[in-house]
Amino acid sequence: MNAMTDKIRQIARRLLEEGKVDMVVGFRKGTVPMMSEPCFIKDSARVDALVWDGNCGINLANYLTRRKERMAVVAKGCDTRNIVTHIIENQIRREQVYIIGVPCQGMIDKRKVKNLADGEVLSVEEKDGKVVVTAGGGEKSFDRTALLQDNCAICHHKNPALSDELAGELVRENPDVDRYEDVRKVEAMGAAEKWKFFDELLSTCIRCYACRNACPLCYCPTCFVDESKPQWVGKGQDPTDTRTFHFLRAFHCAGRCTDCGSCERACPMGIPVRQFTKKLEKDAKELFGWEAGMTLDARPPLDTFRPDDPGAFIK
Amino acid sequence: MKGLLEHMGIEPGRLHFSWISSAESTKFVDVVSQVTESVKALGPAQNFIKREPKVA
Repeated sequence: MNAMTDKIRQIARRLLEEGKVDMVVGFRKGTVPMMSEPCFIKDSARVDALVWDGNCGINLANYLTRRKERMAVVAKGCDTRNIVTHIIENQIRREQVYIIGVPCQGMIDKRKVKNLADGEVLSVEEKDGKVVVTAGGGEKSFDRTALLQDNCAICHHKNPALSDELAGELVRENPDVDRYEDVRKVEAMGAAEKWKFFDELLSTCIRCYACRNACPLCYCPTCFVDESKPQWVGKGQDPTDTRTFHFLRAFHCAGRCTDCGSCERACPMGIPVRQFTKKLEKDAKELFGWEAGMTLDARPPLDTFRPDDPGAFIK
Repeated sequence: MKGLLEHMGIEPGRLHFSWISSAESTKFVDVVSQVTESVKALGPAQNFIKREPKVA
């Protein structure tokens, strides 16, 4: 992982010194363990702040829209797919971004670490596929694969879909892993059981909208939940309103979601909000053969019409 | 949309989509009777209804 950090710094320094970009968007070490945070570097003297480790789960594609600078961005597989989506949706111009692609080994789930550690986590270090967690109650070592975020464990696209330069060797993809086991489990339930499943899932939601804010797809100037004229959805914690919010949030991501896991990572209550978007992602794949953000040359299924589009739902 | 609503637990048969031209009066009648029939069979909706807020 450290070789990756070195390479990222090296590339960032070169780009800034040559004046190719005005700004590099990357990660720096956070103030608490497992919270690497986005940073914006404009001066080549400051590139040593950049890091790369298993805690860079925030999707940096989110920070590129509505900007005028030429930017370089450190992007893992899912981030590059979201950048592609941004370009397709005319939110950024291809020539405006220089993508420093990072082949990704998956991100560490900070909740899994917290659950396994004794007491407060003080530091987390990665070495040769192991993660050493130092907590109040002592030091413990875990296999890295056991601590991955759920979405990373089932990732099919660890390598960048689009990049100008790579910060490391491409990693082996794992196309055989079953992405939709949990979705099928819900699909097999009856209507009442499904309703109950999602009721329980959302019962702790506090409507903080962290899932929306962390999502690179949510770039509307005013979100539908914040509008008051008309007010589309109630703003309190009424279960009906909460469900409406989650349903619509997910639906706005239909055919666009790359399952980067930002929403779930950001949720302060640990709600598996991906259960909504994943169903749509599965549908996009099964009905339209579409995976978001893989190419600049095709329009997404929901903004094109093809005569052979599936229409079984319509009478 | 139908897919996700039903995934969340809305009964299949409660939500219908159709495309009917203004010239297709017979199709309109057919579809409306089908929809009412299938919704009546399901009975009144229990979910997605906003009830009076709970007062603490």
